[in-house]
Amino acid sequence: MSFTSQLTKGLVKENPTFRILLGMCPTLAVSLAISNGIGMGIAATFVLVGSNVIVSMLRNVIPSKIRIPCFIVVIASFVTMVDLVMAAFVPKLHEVLGIFIPLIVVNCIILARAEAFASKNGVMYSLADGIGMGLGFTLALTGLSAIRELLGTGTLLAVPDFGFPGFKIFDRSLAAVMVILPPGGFITLGLLIGLLNSLTRKKRKAHA
Amino acid sequence: MDGTGLIVSSSPHQRAAVSTPVIMSDVVLALMPAALAGVWFFGLRALAMMVVCVAAAVGTEAGLERLMGKPVTVGDYSAVVAGLLLALVVPPDLPLWIGAAGAVFAMAIAKFIFGGLGQNIFNPALIGRAALLASWPVFMTRWRWPVFQAPWIPAFDAVSSATPLALWKLGGIKTPYLNLFLGNVAGSIGETSAVAILVGAVYLLWRGHISLRIPVSFIGTVAVLAGLFHQDPLFHVLAGGLLIGAFFMATDYVTSPVTPKGQIVFGIGCGVLTVFIRLYGGYPEGVCYAILIMNAATALIDRYTVPRKFGEVKKVA
Repeated sequence: MSFTSQLTKGLVKENPTFRILLGMCPTLAVSLAISNGIGMGIAATFVLVGSNVIVSMLRNVIPSKIRIPCFIVVIASFVTMVDLVMAAFVPKLHEVLGIFIPLIVVNCIILARAEAFASKNGVMYSLADGIGMGLGFTLALTGLSAIRELLGTGTLLAVPDFGFPGFKIFDRSLAAVMVILPPGGFITLGLLIGLLNSLTRKKRKAHA
Repeated sequence: MDGTGLIVSSSPHQRAAVSTPVIMSDVVLALMPAALAGVWFFGLRALAMMVVCVAAAVGTEAGLERLMGKPVTVGDYSAVVAGLLLALVVPPDLPLWIGAAGAVFAMAIAKFIFGGLGQNIFNPALIGRAALLASWPVFMTRWRWPVFQAPWIPAFDAVSSATPLALWKLGGIKTPYLNLFLGNVAGSIGETSAVAILVGAVYLLWRGHISLRIPVSFIGTVAVLAGLFHQDPLFHVLAGGLLIGAFFMATDYVTSPVTPKGQIVFGIGCGVLTVFIRLYGGYPEGVCYAILIMNAATALIDRYTVPRKFGEVKKVA
């Protein structure tokens, strides 16, 4: 176990979205535009890193019987910070993400990393784990939302907070609306997971 | 088959001499009257749509099977049927690339991902249509009247060219029976002409490929329920996609029950859903969604309608 391996495992090998299938709810609901995906990813990464570090520091003081409420309190503190900061500086994004920002408190990725990793490992490793998992989540969200934004609206990288309408790839009237509706989210996510699985399976076969 | 010795296949297990290619090519033949009526009423554009959809469906199936290293099964005509059915249930002026996208979606997502012919839960052509309606609602609800005049509609409505069901739902305007029967109305390419669909259905019945159980229980339920709700039963039977849906889509072997009792339950369910969507739903037409919803219930229906086995000894408690 090394610092770098903890850092990189979340990107592909143990990607929280595509591999351990955690945090599906925000993934499907939010991945409508790249700016949403990145915003959500950064918010979750900040909370993840903060909670991992604090939980790891306190791991010997927290009684195991009430560890989940303790984790929740730590996580909720960071979520409150993110929520208020986003409301102040990126109000439009905050409005779009809506309930999914407060819901980071119960995001499975964050709770799972606190329970499965941070409460059993040292601070440095937990920090690396938090950064890696957070980046993996951000990466997955960005990829998913890039596909959905392009096919569903015909633009890329629209950022309402900076008043940027995005790069227009094709006309909006030609875009497939279903892709940014819930069924499109499920289908795109399923196809991406399948694609990633078949790619890694081929790689593993080539190794063996 | 991969030669492992154990072959697990889906129902039906009883084999007959009639093979899939024979049935499917007969279905293509049975769809020809409706297709020709579509070309007659909506022009060569309708023909182009059929060619594009069939080509996209066949190409997708062959391409995916080759890509995944599976035996290429386009020779069984099932992809042709799916592509043709999709073309028959879309508006005539739909851009051709959107029709092609629907065919690709139907074959790749609704059929291939589930494991190909015999494994799909939902009718691929209807999934294609539902996906297109969700994706491009503007193009999918832009209807055109056939080349002929429609004197019973006020001038302003004739410009907006709604389907008979939409005219009835939004304006209470009733299209004459004769036009509905011949197909001289706005609608999807192959759904408007009742007589052409019935000719094809008679052929399928005569060849023994479909039974009357699903179509009759489906159409009968719609007629009876429409009457109960003080609607015109004949209008509801002739207008919209009920006939093509009942004879060609609800009877799909793969996605409808195999037991005789189950087929009747299936047809009644389709009919009830169709009437409720038409009368109370947001859309003027409900056949597509009714059949898809009942497709989802097919396994359950089959499970509860297993025919009674005779000659068994009653279990003593």
